Amino acid sequence: MGAQLRVYRQRIRSVQAMKKITRAFELIAASRMVKAQQRTAASAPYTDAITRAVSAVATYSTENHPLTMEKREVRRAAVLLVTSDRGLAGAYSSSILKAGEQLSELLRAEGKEVALYVTGRKGIAYHRFRHHELAGQWSGFSDSPSFENAREVSNTLINAFLASMDDKEDAGEVDEIHLVFTRFVTMVTQVSEVVRLLPLEIVEDDATPGPDDVLPLYEFEPSPAAVLDALLPRYVESRIYNALLQAAASELAARQRAMKSATDNAEEMIRRYSRLANTARQAEITQEISEIVGGSNALSEASDA
Amino acid sequence: MPQLQVEFVSADRKIWSGPAVRVIVRTVDGEMGVLPGHSPILALMAAGPVRIRPADKDAETVEVQVDGGFLSVEHDRVTLVSDSATVLSGTSVA
Repeated sequence: MGAQLRVYRQRIRSVQAMKKITRAFELIAASRMVKAQQRTAASAPYTDAITRAVSAVATYSTENHPLTMEKREVRRAAVLLVTSDRGLAGAYSSSILKAGEQLSELLRAEGKEVALYVTGRKGIAYHRFRHHELAGQWSGFSDSPSFENAREVSNTLINAFLASMDDKEDAGEVDEIHLVFTRFVTMVTQVSEVVRLLPLEIVEDDATPGPDDVLPLYEFEPSPAAVLDALLPRYVESRIYNALLQAAASELAARQRAMKSATDNAEEMIRRYSRLANTARQAEITQEISEIVGGSNALSEASDA
Repeated sequence: MPQLQVEFVSADRKIWSGPAVRVIVRTVDGEMGVLPGHSPILALMAAGPVRIRPADKDAETVEVQVDGGFLSVEHDRVTLVSDSATVLSGTSVA
């Protein structure tokens, strides 16, 4: 066998192996995707119930809660970046990191100091490589976050936020918290989104409530302030949990798409190499025939002479 | 006969939902029973059991252990929300 042909066959084999791997990744991402979507759906009733309760308290009481108060002077802003633990998800990580960088630029331009909180190994590695200081980091749950993970993250953030309430200047305190994550729109569309988490702005999704939606005049037990106290941290928790779940679904969707196109590319490559290998084989045969024919001609000419 | 529409959710799933005739919870101020026609209330739950008597007479009373949370009652709709809950008895309806 010719050297050329051997090289092509070797390449085809290695591309075939890669194709198997990318195909497997694609299937894994697809099956996890379904689970992630189920989890997002399962957490919806909780989020709805909390949002409704919080807006009820906000509507019927004039309570000023630390978590809803605007600071007069914002010196330090926290940015929570939700990134993935693993790569091979196309532009997923880089687009969320870019959104984070843009937000940090904007905050710095406003004269605020930026404290970075990052979830996901990709984001941590990106900032560590650039020697950025991270105020907090979590990893290991990017594709299947649990509520406990969300609670851990939100407790850290809420504590940092509440630390700024006393007038003393502590190193860890923050006056604002922004959340950068990827919103899952559909299987093919995921967008990077930036929201301000604290101080809270409670926004109802539906602008005009129907006549049945009017909230009744609640009694609060034990008191409006106590209810708000208990509800707001939960509300923040559920917002973060929701963001983690959406990011997980987006990550898996991005990975599934990236792996699908990798598999398609591998197929295309195998086709191209097969053509080249065929051409090489054909050329080899043609050459052999012409060598034989040439040789026999030379022999017969020699015997004729 | 009026009934309560009960929805019991925790952070990651729905624990129980359906029609009921009575819900008993432990709030931070003490035990509270909710019957149809209760006035609107938003109360904080303390750690303790929540007992739901389903409207279906043959069904077992649902008993769930919670470690805190809140409940809201309005127009005979009862929403119970807790961070973590363990179903002690009664069928859990997804």
